[in-house]
Amino acid sequence: MKKYLPFIIIIVVGLLTLGAGLMLYRAKLPPPTKNSPATAAQDKADALHVRGEDKAPVTLEEFGDFECPPCAVVAGALKQLEKDFGARLRVIFREFPLAMHAHAREAAHAAEAAGLQGKFWEMHDLLYQEQANWSKGTDVRAMFRAYAGTLGLKVDRFNSDMERPEVKARVDADQKLGTSRGVDSTPTIFLNGTRLPAASLNPDALRTAIEAAEKEKSPPK
Amino acid sequence: MAKRKAAKVTAAPTTRGRIILYTVAALVALAGLADATYLTASAFSGETATCGGSAGCFEVLGSAYARIAGIPTAAFGILGYFSAFTFATFTGFGYRRARTFFSITVWVMFATTLWLLYLQAFVLHAFCRYCLFSAAITFLLAGIVVASPGERN
Repeated sequence: MKKYLPFIIIIVVGLLTLGAGLMLYRAKLPPPTKNSPATAAQDKADALHVRGEDKAPVTLEEFGDFECPPCAVVAGALKQLEKDFGARLRVIFREFPLAMHAHAREAAHAAEAAGLQGKFWEMHDLLYQEQANWSKGTDVRAMFRAYAGTLGLKVDRFNSDMERPEVKARVDADQKLGTSRGVDSTPTIFLNGTRLPAASLNPDALRTAIEAAEKEKSPPK
Repeated sequence: MAKRKAAKVTAAPTTRGRIILYTVAALVALAGLADATYLTASAFSGETATCGGSAGCFEVLGSAYARIAGIPTAAFGILGYFSAFTFATFTGFGYRRARTFFSITVWVMFATTLWLLYLQAFVLHAFCRYCLFSAAITFLLAGIVVASPGERN
């Protein structure tokens, strides 16, 4: 038995490493995202940023600013809610960089540029996760490039895409849409088209509001 | 049959000190293996490693040096640490030849670590805590190689 013991140990460790690696990989894999079908095939710069199923009874539409701290809190809460509600919740993100935030517009461009390489949501999550660092940085462009590299994007392309007129137009269009719907602060959230009051923008109140919207939408038994 | 005989010939008498030393080496290599596995899984999933607010971490993991021919550099770390673990285990069980392979593996890893540290310090001007942890592990393994008694007979 002792003769085989080192082989057994090595095989077990090898299998455990493989298993742990696969589990980590699956856990880290971002949830499936969608672009609106009308635009996905053409210009990704115009695509709607959607996470979740089209048939979900609740659609949450957020107008967000990557440099706004409450938006980062909401982003974290939304990720958990998306996990909890699964196919019953669809999330749409729209850009609404506020002028008071020095780097918010550039961050929005970074997210859109990442979107052109199919990683809008990954960059969205990362920008919120690291908000406390880049928002105080002196060379945010370098930090965004580093984030792009970490996400496995082609950094040169990402860099030039940030300057593309389509990317800037996309951010402007979202902002115009928000203004036309009365958005003047971030985060502003619409649940099935109805604007949530500012008091509902905390994790518990959001959950309650989503549950209420779901009940409202589900057919009476 | 001949192979089994050869294996027995290469099996050196194991001393208690050697068993302890190489058990420690195997455990240290396991820590490096966990670090490299985490970074590789992060790189393949496209998700970011949890950098805990360290901007330098992103600069390193997002740099051109984080991948070699499209393969995450950390994946080579898995190979290195798993080899070190394997050879340390065999050495602990008295396979004399495994000690040589363990030494070679560790010195290759040591040289690679020095190169990666140079890149972080002088090219990227940023450090990544996972990479520094890995460097510490490799230095520890190198220390074990230096500290381990030489072959007799």
